Amino acid sequence: MEYIDTNSGDDSAEALVNSDKAQTARLTRRGGYFILPLIVPILLLVVWELLSRKGLIKPTILPPPSDIWLVFVDMIKSGELLNHLRISLWRVIKGFSAGAVLGLVTAVLIGLSPRVERALVLITGLLRPIPIIAWVPVLILWMGIDEASKITVIAIGSFWPVLLNVVHGIRNTDKKYVEVATIFEKSRWTLLTKVVLPSALPSIFTGIRIGIGIAWMSVVGAELIAASAGVGYMIMYARELSQADVMLVGVISIGITGLLIDYAIRTLETRLLKWSI
Amino acid sequence: MSDSIPKIQLSAVEKRFISARGDEQIALSNLDLEIGSGEIVCLVGPSGCGKTTIINLMAGFEKPSNGVVQIDGKQVSAPDPDHIMIFQDYGLYPWRTVLGNVLFGLQARRISPAEALDKALASLELVGLTSARDKHPHELSGGMKQRVSIARALAVEPSVLFMDEPFAALDAFTRMHLQDELLRIWQEKRPTIVFVTHELDEAITLGQRVVLMAPNPGRVQRILDVKLAYPRERTDVDFSIFRKELFEEFHLVHRQALDGTEYSI
Repeated sequence: MEYIDTNSGDDSAEALVNSDKAQTARLTRRGGYFILPLIVPILLLVVWELLSRKGLIKPTILPPPSDIWLVFVDMIKSGELLNHLRISLWRVIKGFSAGAVLGLVTAVLIGLSPRVERALVLITGLLRPIPIIAWVPVLILWMGIDEASKITVIAIGSFWPVLLNVVHGIRNTDKKYVEVATIFEKSRWTLLTKVVLPSALPSIFTGIRIGIGIAWMSVVGAELIAASAGVGYMIMYARELSQADVMLVGVISIGITGLLIDYAIRTLETRLLKWSI
Repeated sequence: MSDSIPKIQLSAVEKRFISARGDEQIALSNLDLEIGSGEIVCLVGPSGCGKTTIINLMAGFEKPSNGVVQIDGKQVSAPDPDHIMIFQDYGLYPWRTVLGNVLFGLQARRISPAEALDKALASLELVGLTSARDKHPHELSGGMKQRVSIARALAVEPSVLFMDEPFAALDAFTRMHLQDELLRIWQEKRPTIVFVTHELDEAITLGQRVVLMAPNPGRVQRILDVKLAYPRERTDVDFSIFRKELFEEFHLVHRQALDGTEYSI
C-alpha cells in the first residue's frame, strides 16, 4: 500500500476537470464519451479469453474470464460474495469515520494555530511515511485479531490524506474572505464554520476521496493477514484451496467496489460544490 | 467643512514598513487629513503613494507608526462594522448565494432572522439585484459582483464606506454605470465615502474633494474642491476645467516621482 502524494493528486484532479470541460462536449457528440473507456478492458478480456482457450495460459493459474464470470454469478447467487463485501465495507465505514473525524479535527488545530503545527511537526513527519501494512502485526499484538485492530488500521490509513488535504485547504483560504469576516466582527467560531471550512470544502473532498480509497485498500490488507470474514479473507482462503477463480472474483470485486465508492463521492462532490468552478 | 468635529481625522500620521530586504520604507509621512460627515472624498495618485495604506489605516486593518487616526473622535484600533471596506476583488463568498452573501453581515447581530432578511432584500433592491438573489457569484458579471458587495456593505447601514479601487477591474461602461449608481445611493443614504482610485476622471466624477497624493514618501500633494453639482456631466466644460487642473498637477507629481529615486511606472 503506497501513499498517494495528495498535493499532486489535487492538481491532477483539477487538470482532469479542466480538460474534461473542453473535451467532453466534442467526445459526447461523436459518441466516444461512453464507448472510449470500454475499448481497452474489452480488448484485454478478449485476448485473455483467447489465450486461455488456446491453452497458452494454465487455467489453474489464470482461468479464462468466462469461468470467472460463472463463479462470480454463483457467488452472488449464494450470497457469499455480498456477505464478504458487506463485512469489509462496514469495517471501512467505521474505520474511515474515525480516521476522517480525527484527521479533520487535527487539521483544523494545525491550520489555525502555528503553535500546534510546530508541536506536531516531528511526530507527523515520523509517523506519516509508515506504510499501513506495517501497522497490522503491531496492532494485532496490541488489540488482538478482532475488529478493533482492523478498524484502527483503516482509521490510520484514512487519517493522513484527510489531515494533509484539510490543512492545505485551510492554509489556502483567501485572505479577503477572512478580512470580510473581520469587518463584520465575526467570532472565531463563525469564522471557522462559515468562512474557513466552506472555502476549504474542495480540499476536504479531495481528502475524503483519497482517504476512503486508502481505507478500502487498508481493509483488504488487514483481512489478508488476519480475519475470518471479508473480501481479503475470502481471497486468502481461496489461495489455500488453490481456487484461482474465486481469488480473481475477490480481486475484481475490490476494484469494482472501489470504483463505485469513488463515483458516489464524486457525484456528491459535484452536487455540493456547484459554486466552485 | 463644518466646524464640528470631522468624521475622520488623521493627524501627523506616519507609516513605515520594513521591506523584504530589511531596509525601512516610509509609506506615509506626516499626513494630515480631515473628512467631514457625509462627505465623499477621492484619493488619487500614482502607485506607491500610499493611498491604499491610508484607507487600510482608516479601516483599522493597519496601525500607524506615528500619529493618530480617529473616526467620530475615537481612535481607530480594529475593523468595525460601522466602517465597511469594499475591495476591488469583491470579497464575496463563492459558496453563498447573492442573498446569502448580503445576509452574512447581518447574521449574528442582535436582529431577528426576519428583520435581517428584510434588510438584505431592501439592500439588494437598492443596487438593483433583486432578481439575482438566488444566484451564486460565479454566475455574475464583475459589475454585478461589485454591486452585491456594495449591497452587503449597505445592509448593515454603516456610517462610513471605504472603497479601495472598487471599479478598477471593470470595463469602462460598467464602471461609469456603477459610478452613477454609487452617487445615487450616496445621495439617498449619505454615508461618508472614502474612495481610492488611480483614475482621475473617476475621482472628479465622484469626489466633492479630490486628494491628490505624491509618492516617496507618500504625502498629500494637493486637495482639490470639485465644486460641481451632481449628477456631473463628464463632457461638461466645467468638468474638463477640473480635469485639466488635476491632470497638470498629476503630471507634476509624476515627473517628481520619476526624478526621484527608485520609482518606476
